[in-house]
Amino acid sequence: MTMTATSSTVYQDDFAAFTSDEGGEGPSWARRMRRDAFAKFERLGFPTPRNEDWHFTSVAPISESDFRLAQPTSTVRAEQLAPFTFGATDWCTIVFVNGRFSAALSSVGALPAGVRVVDLATAWREDELLLERFLGKITSFDEHAFTALNTAFMYDGALVHIGKEVVVGTPIHILFVADATTAKSVQHPRNLIVAERNSKASVIESYVSLGSATYFTNAVTEVEVGAGATLTHIKLQRESERAFHVGTVDARQERDSHFVSFSYAAGAELSRTNIYTLLAGEGCGSTLNGLYMVDGEQHVDHQTRIEHAQPNCFSREVYKGILDGSSHGVFNGKVYVHPVAQKTDGKQSNNNLLLSDRARIDTKPQLEIFADDVKCTHGATIGRLDDAAQFYMRSRGISADNARRLLTYAFAADVLETIEVAEVREELERLTLERFTEEERV
Amino acid sequence: MLEISDLHASVGGKEILRGITLNVNADEVHAVMGPNGSGKSTLAQVLAGNPAFEVTRGTVTYEGGNLLELAPEERAQHGVFLAFQYPIEIPGVSNAYFLRSAYNEIRRSKGLEELDPMEFLDVMDEKLKIVDMSQEMLDRSVNMGFSGGEKKRNEIMQMAVLDPKLAILDETDSGLDIDALKIVANGVNALKRPDKATIVVTHYQRLLNYIVPDFVHVLAGGRIVRSGGKELALELEERGYDWLLEPAELAR
Repeated sequence: MTMTATSSTVYQDDFAAFTSDEGGEGPSWARRMRRDAFAKFERLGFPTPRNEDWHFTSVAPISESDFRLAQPTSTVRAEQLAPFTFGATDWCTIVFVNGRFSAALSSVGALPAGVRVVDLATAWREDELLLERFLGKITSFDEHAFTALNTAFMYDGALVHIGKEVVVGTPIHILFVADATTAKSVQHPRNLIVAERNSKASVIESYVSLGSATYFTNAVTEVEVGAGATLTHIKLQRESERAFHVGTVDARQERDSHFVSFSYAAGAELSRTNIYTLLAGEGCGSTLNGLYMVDGEQHVDHQTRIEHAQPNCFSREVYKGILDGSSHGVFNGKVYVHPVAQKTDGKQSNNNLLLSDRARIDTKPQLEIFADDVKCTHGATIGRLDDAAQFYMRSRGISADNARRLLTYAFAADVLETIEVAEVREELERLTLERFTEEERV
Repeated sequence: MLEISDLHASVGGKEILRGITLNVNADEVHAVMGPNGSGKSTLAQVLAGNPAFEVTRGTVTYEGGNLLELAPEERAQHGVFLAFQYPIEIPGVSNAYFLRSAYNEIRRSKGLEELDPMEFLDVMDEKLKIVDMSQEMLDRSVNMGFSGGEKKRNEIMQMAVLDPKLAILDETDSGLDIDALKIVANGVNALKRPDKATIVVTHYQRLLNYIVPDFVHVLAGGRIVRSGGKELALELEERGYDWLLEPAELAR
């Protein structure tokens, strides 16, 4: 694998500048990790389609562009965020603009004792022990160029720490906003979510845009789900339609913990979302659901990995895709069962709806099972809207457009119903219903 | 109300209807009978506007206008209703949402105010009784997991809500036991009005004991081979269809 000369130079220049500035701050282990990560990134280079993990997704538009490190901005006003905050006033919302924490836009609502939500730039000083324990320890950049690049430039993002036995009633929202000034720039948000023993919380990680700028988001989130804890994580990718987005969520689950993940991807010209979880203790449950919905020339890629490393765990995965226009979807879901992981109960499915003849989906559900006493199923479907159902609806007086819209919505409805945070579920249902009618009117 | 003249229609290049001529007036019930493959269901689907069928010749005039020019939803908005032989299952769309969407689109096409979910529930309450259906059926996805009888009752319930001028019942009796048949027939009879007409497509005379036709037409080979009063249905019950078929039809 090789890198183009231009982007290599740009990243080298920016890394040098970053190292002598903010990247030179923080504990020595962090500085060392950044240096190692950049060296690894230089060795790996951006992935090419020859890399099996990137077979259906070319990142050439990213690797061949000169994205410069985003600069702080303060032009975003609170009212501009209204479309992205679910009308919730009592949530803890921590806001980042172009990758940098905005104290003015953030509101740490009524958080119970034992919960800490803070920007990483502050956490380097105040939460060093916690960071040292988990940061870069849950996810590995050894084989992941984008994670290596993120780690090299890690500086800002959110730290969410849920203390032992603490139940957080309202969701915690990490909101990344890109505005027009971020054109031709890259941001590397780095988040750490630690849910201690027997705690329970919901964290929403949103990526949204206030314009239609071309920029690159390269995010990494590490999640530690302690013994007996339940963590719900909802990732919402609603980037500008000209943006590039690579986002990894990597979770590690301790004994008897539950990780409930939902990934929604509707924005970006090209996006790749990695959702990984390691069931590292016995009696864990993982639920990985998602919906991707694209049209035009959009490319949306999901890679999931559920790694059963201990016995008596279950995993459930449902990903649905709606593809219109000339869009291209990719789903690659792996369920890996270690030899010791007996009594694993795994179900995985990926269902796709193609709304146009030009839309395309590559789906690759995979089971790799090395234990002999397990119950695992997987499957994928690709279909179109049912002609008979459309005629049935029209014969009742429902217009062709509305019939199409309702059937499209119905396709997505059951996976959206699994979202437990009502405000998010209702908002995504509304967006799904509206998405295709707007297209019709254009 | 409805004038069908020399109607030819085909599906996948195969001609199914080969010259149907039939007039239906308000306050009339017409039964269309015939053996399997005679084109009964095709006639029903063509009248409802199923795009899978191609009309190759002939005209259909409905209330003075060209029915064949209208999209399926426009036909429905003008009062044409087809109760399907095989009602379609639509996972993810509740019966209530589906019907309210249809009801409101029809109202909108007439320049009337739409009803909100609560107002619509009041409309439904009354209609559910006509076919002895429970509220709970409204929350279920359209026809999903419904028994054969429930599906047919659901069709008649939709008909009750949408209040069509021309109702076409396509083998609504097939797959029903006698109790369900009575419920469905009573529902249809309860909806009869002098300004409406009904076309009952059926293979058996049985349903016509409960929905009494004014006219009976026998379809064979895509044509009407005989028309008569309700006594024709009884004769068919006794003698079967063979005596009406041309030798060529019998050989098919």
